[in-house]
Amino acid sequence: MSILDSKIPKGPLADKWTKHKNDINLVNPANKRNIDVIMVGTGLAGGSAAATLAELGYNVKTFCYQDSPRRAHSIAAQGGINAAKNYQGDGDSTYRLFYDTIKGGDYRSREANVYRLAEVSANIIDQCVAQGVPFAREYGGMLDNRSFGGVLVSRTFYAKGQTGQQLLLGAYAAMNRQINRGKITPYNRHEMLDLVIVDGKARGIIARDLVTGKIERHSAHAVVIASGGYGNVFFLSTNAMGSNVTASWKIHKRGAYFANPCYTQIHPTCIPVSGDHQSKLTLMSESLRNDGRIWVPKKKEDAEAIRNGKKKPTDLSAEERDYYLERRYPSFGNLVPRDVASRAAKERCDAGYGVNKTGEAVYLDFASAIERYGKEQAAIHGNHNPSDAEIKKLGTQVIESKYGNLFQMYEKIVDENPYETPMMIYPAVHYTMGGVWVDYNLQSTIPGCYVTGEANFSDHGANRLGASALMQGLADGYFVLPYTIGDYLSKDIKTGKISTETKEFDEAESRVRELLNKLVNNNGTHSVDYFHKKLGKIMWDKCGMARNAEDLKSAMSEIRALREEFWKDVKVPGGMDEMNSELEKATRVADFLELGELFAKDALHRNESCGGHFREEYQTEEGEALRDDENFMYVAAWEYTGDPGNEVLHKEELDYENIEVKSRSYK
Amino acid sequence: MKLTLKIWRQKNANTKGELKTYPIDGIEGDMSFLEMLDVLNEGLINKGEEPVVFDHDCREGICGSCSLQINGEPHGPDRLITTCQLHMRMFKDGDTIVIEPFRATAFPVIKDLVVDRSSFDRIQQAGGFISVNTSGNTIDANAIPVNKHDADESFNAATCIGCGACVAACKNASAMLFTSAKVSQFALLPQGKTEATERVLNMVAQMDKEGFGNCSNTGACEIECPKGISLENIARMNREYLGASIKG
Repeated sequence: MSILDSKIPKGPLADKWTKHKNDINLVNPANKRNIDVIMVGTGLAGGSAAATLAELGYNVKTFCYQDSPRRAHSIAAQGGINAAKNYQGDGDSTYRLFYDTIKGGDYRSREANVYRLAEVSANIIDQCVAQGVPFAREYGGMLDNRSFGGVLVSRTFYAKGQTGQQLLLGAYAAMNRQINRGKITPYNRHEMLDLVIVDGKARGIIARDLVTGKIERHSAHAVVIASGGYGNVFFLSTNAMGSNVTASWKIHKRGAYFANPCYTQIHPTCIPVSGDHQSKLTLMSESLRNDGRIWVPKKKEDAEAIRNGKKKPTDLSAEERDYYLERRYPSFGNLVPRDVASRAAKERCDAGYGVNKTGEAVYLDFASAIERYGKEQAAIHGNHNPSDAEIKKLGTQVIESKYGNLFQMYEKIVDENPYETPMMIYPAVHYTMGGVWVDYNLQSTIPGCYVTGEANFSDHGANRLGASALMQGLADGYFVLPYTIGDYLSKDIKTGKISTETKEFDEAESRVRELLNKLVNNNGTHSVDYFHKKLGKIMWDKCGMARNAEDLKSAMSEIRALREEFWKDVKVPGGMDEMNSELEKATRVADFLELGELFAKDALHRNESCGGHFREEYQTEEGEALRDDENFMYVAAWEYTGDPGNEVLHKEELDYENIEVKSRSYK
Repeated sequence: MKLTLKIWRQKNANTKGELKTYPIDGIEGDMSFLEMLDVLNEGLINKGEEPVVFDHDCREGICGSCSLQINGEPHGPDRLITTCQLHMRMFKDGDTIVIEPFRATAFPVIKDLVVDRSSFDRIQQAGGFISVNTSGNTIDANAIPVNKHDADESFNAATCIGCGACVAACKNASAMLFTSAKVSQFALLPQGKTEATERVLNMVAQMDKEGFGNCSNTGACEIECPKGISLENIARMNREYLGASIKG
């Protein structure tokens, strides 16, 4: 085990980033033209970085498995993006955003990174507005804000329930401007299948053209991985079907340490599973908790009657309902952080109060909000004695304008009208705080290989606050990486073009060919999905919302056995020299089957509960997470040694110099 | 539910395709249309046949990957949704469902139900952006107030997911609704006005170059659009284009 150097600049917290930017080396514009950068992933982190690097003058190649950069899964982010603008004058500041993020992450993130994130957050909004991102506005023409979980201010900027879409289209537009100038070459429908290292530095990738099946070599002076999170290791998650860990896992196998894999965010408000055929889960934005109240029946008989269809939720009076978040956490109420809300829902359902057929759902109810807004609107329109019907109509209009697309999505999936009856929701895997370990410069343990956005582990500790993923993706891409990568590339101005005709490229390509050959010629008996679903079940049952040592140990051996079975018995129809969606899935699931074991190992070694990682053995009498700061206030960064079950642990100790470490309370 | 599927199978861009018939059983109303195809594919793989290839990713109606012409309609019989949000409760036991790729000269078939929509990317590359550097050295976000109505209209245009249903619905395979949505998003905002003239001219020129047809105002695109993008955008683009052409 070694101690990792996070390369945090010296000096006072608030000055670190400015000072660092002043200290690092720059590359002159003429030299930038001779330097190539590969960007894997074109979501918010990758798209924004690609655009900015190209604008600075580097030659950028982007890779995405989708048919267009615009379809990266950032597009599905709903609720909003945080920024310490304090437009509402409610006491927000850079420090407060920094503090909320550290506390929200349960004191398991790096102070210097989080402060930098908070510091650049305000600028992101300026940038996006200048790019034509149509954020929601008030009647006076100013930007509107709303509130998200775990904070006491309104600092979230939004575009209805499609904030991720609008921000991604902004980054995609910035990319298009550079594609038009010839500074970005997009390789869409391409998947990175290996990293090429020359003389200890990342110098290129092997990619597969997903249309023709051709294996391609691409060289560059630096490689950036911005390929998102690994929530699909659970099979069912809110991620896109194609979201995968492959790019991150390949660099891990080539030497990049993988940090805190067990930190997974289970999002409290998703549409519950309806049956075995389910292929993915749909999120209902956290923003709904601004106006929705979460409850289950107070009495078990009522819950049972609802499950049997003998009662409807609207039959229960306010006294017969248990608004359990408001009861347990009076100061944050329905807006507690995600990990807390998810566990509370699980606790109620496990205790027998669930409200759908499977007993795994709670209500998210908008009736009070509709009434409140309806009365307010009636008063604004001069109607001081409105009827119930008028109140409902006016209130419904307000809710529709705020969350219309989410309500429509819900209705299409569940076939119930959420304006009339409460939504049913249940927690689902959503985001992964863990990821490739990076230093302050976002560089992994492989020189020249950088990792940004959800793919890295950096800023959210053990739990991410709502509306902070978009903030981090864009902060990394627009404002952090373009500076820090320049410092590294400044040593490459005389290197010249990197050749792809070297033994390192030969070796990497043959490794990829061997893998693909093995898969298409395996002729087993079960489809890729068969194995993926089995893996997902092990992960959800034993590495999900509540974990314990015994389950984690058996998860490790079950995953190992499943991986062996996969390689013996997977069936991948079709060949490798054509479009082959099963082969794509197979390469991704093969990596999930390795990551899953490391995930369980990491969860097993962390003998404490923190944020999204909840170990049943470590909880307070009230069932809250119990940290062990003395023994576990570190980042666990794992080194691959040829076997995911036997990786070597390296620690980055976390020092809190500016924040007093306390037990996290939202009561 | 028992269904008969007639699905377009085509090995690659250079071979001829044909409709093939697949009976399927055990389909439930709560399944999405793509989950029904997952069931079909699982069965095909187990029988040693090649599964049907189709584009899909987010499965929540926002990425714009999924397409499919279902019984002659882009994204099928329901309104304001994409194929991945279409649920089997819209069909009944015994139905025959014809599933084809989106058809347009500018969307060539790659394999089975997958088409190449990169023409849309090239239209955007021709001018679908505001030429502002991404360095963050801009004015404060609230320095220019934007009328709420304009901001909302701009947002509505910007919700286009680029799926191509408008083209597939149009008898002329026109991309006017798609292109006009992007032109409108920027035309409605003060930040977009500076380059408005070049933008509309360049984007329309690229649209024509890609081989999309002309608009004859039948409005099928608006009806089939999963995001409800309004025909008003086409009118706005025509005004912008006329103005730009006069200015030269």
